[in-house]
Amino acid sequence: MSDAPQAEERWQRANLALACFALDPAALGGIWLRARVGPVRDRFLKGFDLAVRGKSVSRLHPDIGDDALFGGIDLAATLGGGTVTRTAGLLDRPGVLILPMAERAKPRLAARLARALDDRKGLSLLALDEGAGPEERIPESLADRLAIHLDLGDVPLSDAPELQLDTDALVEARRVLPHVTVPDTTISDLAQVAFRLGITSLRAPLQALALARASAALTGETEVDESDLLTAVELVLAPRATQMPEAPAEEEPPEPEPPQDDDTPQDSDENSETEDDTPHIPAEMMLEAARAMLPPDLLARMEAGRAARNAASASGTGAAKKGNRRGRPLPSRAGRLGSDTRVDLVATLRAAAPWQPLRRQTTGQNDRLHIRMSDVRVRQYEERSDRAIIFVVDASGSAALARLAEAKGAIELLLSEAYARRDHVALVAFRGDGADILLPPTRSLVQTKRRLGQLPGGGGTPLASGLKAALELAGLAQGKGMTPSIALLTDGRANVDLSGVANRARAAEDSRLMARAIRARGLSGLVIDTGLRPTRGLDELARDMGVPYLPLPRADARSVSSAVDAALDVA
Amino acid sequence: MTEQPLTGPFPFSAIVGQDEMKLAMILTAIDPGIGGVLVFGDRGTGKSTAVRGLAALLPPIRAVAGCPVNSAAEADVPDWAHVHDHSVVEKPTPVIDLPLGATEDRVVGALDIEKALSHGEKAFEPGLLARANRGYLYIDEVNLLEDHLVDLLLDVAQSGQNVVEREGLSIRHPARFVLVGSGNPEEGELRPQLLDRFGLSVEVQSPRDIDVRVDVIRRRDAYDRDQSAFLADWHDDDMALRARIVTARAALARVDAEDAILRDCAELCVALGSDGLRGELTLLRAARALAAFEDAPSVTRAHLRTVAPSALRHRLRRDPLDEAGSTTRVTRTVEEVLA
Repeated sequence: MSDAPQAEERWQRANLALACFALDPAALGGIWLRARVGPVRDRFLKGFDLAVRGKSVSRLHPDIGDDALFGGIDLAATLGGGTVTRTAGLLDRPGVLILPMAERAKPRLAARLARALDDRKGLSLLALDEGAGPEERIPESLADRLAIHLDLGDVPLSDAPELQLDTDALVEARRVLPHVTVPDTTISDLAQVAFRLGITSLRAPLQALALARASAALTGETEVDESDLLTAVELVLAPRATQMPEAPAEEEPPEPEPPQDDDTPQDSDENSETEDDTPHIPAEMMLEAARAMLPPDLLARMEAGRAARNAASASGTGAAKKGNRRGRPLPSRAGRLGSDTRVDLVATLRAAAPWQPLRRQTTGQNDRLHIRMSDVRVRQYEERSDRAIIFVVDASGSAALARLAEAKGAIELLLSEAYARRDHVALVAFRGDGADILLPPTRSLVQTKRRLGQLPGGGGTPLASGLKAALELAGLAQGKGMTPSIALLTDGRANVDLSGVANRARAAEDSRLMARAIRARGLSGLVIDTGLRPTRGLDELARDMGVPYLPLPRADARSVSSAVDAALDVA
Repeated sequence: MTEQPLTGPFPFSAIVGQDEMKLAMILTAIDPGIGGVLVFGDRGTGKSTAVRGLAALLPPIRAVAGCPVNSAAEADVPDWAHVHDHSVVEKPTPVIDLPLGATEDRVVGALDIEKALSHGEKAFEPGLLARANRGYLYIDEVNLLEDHLVDLLLDVAQSGQNVVEREGLSIRHPARFVLVGSGNPEEGELRPQLLDRFGLSVEVQSPRDIDVRVDVIRRRDAYDRDQSAFLADWHDDDMALRARIVTARAALARVDAEDAILRDCAELCVALGSDGLRGELTLLRAARALAAFEDAPSVTRAHLRTVAPSALRHRLRRDPLDEAGSTTRVTRTVEEVLA
């Protein structure tokens, strides 16, 4: 297997990264470790324990509350002692934080941690990312703050011996570190490499610089040399690359493929590194090294990139959750008082009631209610956002009337199920020279039936207008805390553009733009081809929208309904 | 203020590039009535750095020593404050950070639990809004702020008064501040209602020029390695900028705006279809502040041209098809109207 040497090398790099981190955790911010739970990760964590020995290490969890992070009033002690007692937050004291299941961290937690790391109060973070697919990863804002990105995904255990950390060398390196100097060209070299790898954040080259310093100190040098820079590129810059660096100058052929079989270029790199002693080549050389190190899924990631990121942020907090209706109340439970909880007073009193005589006896105070921390009941809500399915229905002349009837039937069916599932349904129809929002998100069966019945057919196909209306509706629904999906039913022959003019070319272009706008918003959905034969170009539109394409040449109402159901449930 | 600070935030004048953002902040320092700045943009572009640096740049205010809301005169000190020291002293302009995790209690103020528990006394413990009075309130990641806090802030920013009616307390105090928000649009959008409350909005991008990028890294590195030397190096520049702001404040009232300029403002806003009059007013105020900053006797079209994108871009109706973005739309319209 060609993988083997690579994996081993990756493990050694992890070892080096750990040593650098142990040396200067605050400047490096931390490590983003991508690996599933398993013996390899355990070995790494064992090494990590060595690296941070003597520091305060705390474990977070993805749903950690603000009380724990920032500290708060310790109610038990406060009520008991009669004076305000505050608890210290994890972010208030210097130390090392470990965040397991980092891929599940919400943007709000990421923002809080990012800010704490930015404050440079000696905090550093090890984010353990157990994401399975490329879209499942830690929030960008956090990744940006962590200098070292490691992927131990497919390192076999046989290639992962126990990590070595030479503590004496560390002590020596710590002494050297403040005196490490950087040649003048280094900063511009790093900036250039970062830029050509498509890294926009300016934190990355700074972190690379810090890592190069640490690497130099580890070898006992007082000046950063090429090998340190290469290490920095490998550990900090290459994993962040968002584009293939364009070919340097002349003879180097461009490498369009991600380096799947990169053993050869890597080898030649090492050779050139040892042979070449000319003082000024680093920028190109570092790029070369970076190219060898680029994550193999780079191209796939670039493809998925934006859409995935947007989808991820849409499912998080922030805009998507604004004004969310708080859901159905659940039975209250025993809990701690915190900033974001609401006390269920009645339940609390009920819980305290049986204890009153006993507590009166023990305290000797008869004139008051005795309520202890353990009595506190906290209100809970089932908080989930409602789905809003926006049907965009082609009511043009080309979509034969029978198909329209089927679409109507499907919507009615979905709607009758919606009552049980608490979905909202909205309806946009496009025909003639524009689109109408026939029904804003609703659960009303009667209203929908009436509107659907009145839906006329005929005229041109202003697909773009339909999508635009759907997009606006989706924004509205998001503002109300719902999670909108768009189901487009059309035969796809757009022939009227956004301004309502019949122009086939412009119409197609406009619908494509709108589809991309929908994708950029990270909305889920699907495209149902209601044409008698699969329509050319409609699958492309679905791709532009980033949703599945479903040709249903002989669909009846029930199959449309179940198709929508299946597609959106998976999404 | 005579001692040279040995530690402090990254100096404002040492920030490389990002001229629009820096100008927007300077303009609000000259005329707080412009009403706040919103900075949206890429990660790692110095958004928060600029705000933190701004604090050192602002001229000090004169306020009653012990007053929790920084009242200018003894008569303005609220009754609940129980201030003993009534001497008026110079204080640095407050720049208050509103942390993301802040609870409503901490923002608006609440019952002083300590006093309530130990003395059985009902006292008010002022919150961040009180401390930000006559200064700046900075919200990083404003788009991730809890909804109820956003609503509350909007209300206070609008009325200039913080009203607390809770836990048996009934208290009001002035809370006039310049709201500065920053965020990354990828993590969530802001509601249009909130957008509109910010006077100026700036979009920052990571610089595309290698030399600029190198400069940024070099300076940041120098700052990280030897803070006090770096601060000493830039102290004079910061002070010079502060002096210019002070001069501009004084000059503000003397800057003329002719009818033709007012007309231009109105025409611009009509052409862009921005809702309400807030856009025109902000545009004029910002242009006037810029004229004062540049020591010009009156507002010219050049001033309008410079501030129009910041003053107007967040007031347009969003058009999902326009990939160019609102900045280009504003510039285009400015070129057409002021041709």
